[in-house]
Amino acid sequence: MQKFQTLTAVAAPFPQRNVDTDLIIRIERCTGMPKEELGKYAFEMVRFLPGGAENPEFVLNQRRYRGAQILVCGEFFGTGSSREVAVWALASMGIRCVIAPSFGQIFFNNCFQNGLLAIVLPQAAVDALAQEAAAPGAKPFTVDLEAQTINGSVRFDIAPRNRKMLLEGLDEIGLTQAMEPKIAAFQAADRKRRPWIYPS
Amino acid sequence: MKTLFDKIWDQHLVEDLGDGVHLLHVDRHLMHELSGQRGQVELKKRGIRIRNPELTIGSMDHVVSTVPGAKGGNFPWADKMIESFRAEGKRTGVKIYDIGEDGQGIVHVVGPELGFTLPGTTLLCGDSHTCTHGALGALAWGIGTSELTHVLATQTIVQQRPKTMRARFEGKPAHAVTAKDLILALIGKIGTAGGVGYAVEYAGEAIRGLEMEGRLTVCNLSIELGAKAGMIAPDEKTFAYLKGRRHAPAGALWEQAVAHWRMLPSDADAKFDKEHVLDCTTLAPQITWGTSPEDVIGVDGRIPGNKPEALAYMGLAEGKPIAGTRVDRVFIGSCTNSRLPDLRAAAGIVRGRKAAKHVKAWVVPGSWRIKQDAEAEGLHEIFLAAGFEWREAGCSMCVGVNGDLVEPQARCVSTSNRNFVGRQGPQARTHLASPATAAAAAIAGEVVDVRSF
Ligand code: SF4
Repeated sequence: MQKFQTLTAVAAPFPQRNVDTDLIIRIERCTGMPKEELGKYAFEMVRFLPGGAENPEFVLNQRRYRGAQILVCGEFFGTGSSREVAVWALASMGIRCVIAPSFGQIFFNNCFQNGLLAIVLPQAAVDALAQEAAAPGAKPFTVDLEAQTINGSVRFDIAPRNRKMLLEGLDEIGLTQAMEPKIAAFQAADRKRRPWIYPS
Repeated sequence: MKTLFDKIWDQHLVEDLGDGVHLLHVDRHLMHELSGQRGQVELKKRGIRIRNPELTIGSMDHVVSTVPGAKGGNFPWADKMIESFRAEGKRTGVKIYDIGEDGQGIVHVVGPELGFTLPGTTLLCGDSHTCTHGALGALAWGIGTSELTHVLATQTIVQQRPKTMRARFEGKPAHAVTAKDLILALIGKIGTAGGVGYAVEYAGEAIRGLEMEGRLTVCNLSIELGAKAGMIAPDEKTFAYLKGRRHAPAGALWEQAVAHWRMLPSDADAKFDKEHVLDCTTLAPQITWGTSPEDVIGVDGRIPGNKPEALAYMGLAEGKPIAGTRVDRVFIGSCTNSRLPDLRAAAGIVRGRKAAKHVKAWVVPGSWRIKQDAEAEGLHEIFLAAGFEWREAGCSMCVGVNGDLVEPQARCVSTSNRNFVGRQGPQARTHLASPATAAAAAIAGEVVDVRSF
């Protein structure tokens, strides 16, 4: 998995509340398209007008935000469906970090499985960052995962395990497989406790 | 002093990974041909074998055609996906319930129906509505493809322990106020982010009074509260529901299991991190007016003006009564409301009446079994005589990935669980409601208070 240490990139304000994964990527795009191509379809319902032309109102279509790699989002970003394709679509369009007051929880977990940093901050802190990103002549943001800061001054908390996974680009399956003896021991004891769980 | 949630969580702890993160055993894993197939492909690519194929089952639901008599998908890519899912199941020894087989249907319908979902288990599926299974006293939640691959490879999941919430539904709901109305009312009250970070236990007189199918409906919408999981303590109704089902334990094992399950309910002095109470005696049948499940009012209410964008999308005006809004489509189905009692309730409204001329109404049973059982009771004849379509089991118009879509700007009263922008098709306008309310809308041709029927 791609490591995440420090990122300096354009941040786009996207304050809409309850942005669901259906909006991030339509279900029709979840039917086997290669991960790398999904970025073209991210947010397509709001990014394009009914005729197919770009919607100039949509934030990521605005010139200054085109290369944005950081999204400053509204409350409860990524709610809804479990589709990991939503994270793949964001990653495919270049997004590496999402900041919001809260996230849909499956989406949140999916981010860390794919090297995307999801940061939870209080609403007021997110609002301030969104304002900063929207200000004329806004500078790129710097997200430092090692120091757990945004632009050197805004501190964020992150679960230590998630932090380590991103910093070192670790793969969760490999980590868990190394604990196989513990899993085997659990099952052996559990078969005695709850034999009906294990079909013979 | 422990909650139902605590008991199940603690019984599944394989290893404490520190900082509140635990490695948990996964007792039951469900797959469908959309996310499950993707997981199978990832696993194969990495050359990993499935650790416990006997603890996973699969079913076809998302991309299958629901056209009467259909045996595959509506598109070549769907057929390919179905075939790949089927073939991988054979290769890896995971039982897949195939199209036309007793056991096929929406994963969250067939898990309980087959007795695969059991009290006290951890149950995961690559689908956000996995919380449905909590109705039987399981700890169940949805995961993404990477986590799904992790489950197949290790039969475990890495999880941050959530906090606990209890939502008490007090009092007896009035006639025509169903499980769907109860849970929509709670979402309306505490919002779609009200459950973020929590495992919710539903309790109270109104919940205990529900049959299993109604409890499944309540738990189904836990994810629309933002909750990690939703659950209901198992009781005699749960045991009676499960007894004799295909994957449920039998004989001495059954007795042993029930004895264990009786110990699961939250202790009387258990503490929850948060409590909500909802008075059910005054509730009206609920219906959504906006583009989030929290945008909900009583069917006798007026449309609020606090979300102008949602109103614009929905083509509605602030201050008008929701009743009387003209409807184009009605969808009775989905893992929320496609079980036999749901279909009976809808048929009870439809019997001897006809759908309004301008309304296209569909009934899509949640599973192959439900379809057979409903037909044995003659429910299909009631729907067909009223001009409804009676279709094959699947997710259908809940998400439309199989091509069952609501037309742009058409208005649909739907028994499903999401009214997001574009959920039922680009620019489709969705109103979530109970099967009875949906059936009544089909007859009246507009949103209507089912209590007047
Ligand atoms: S019926 Fe709808 S919500 Fe349920 S699993 Fe299928 S697509 Fe998801």
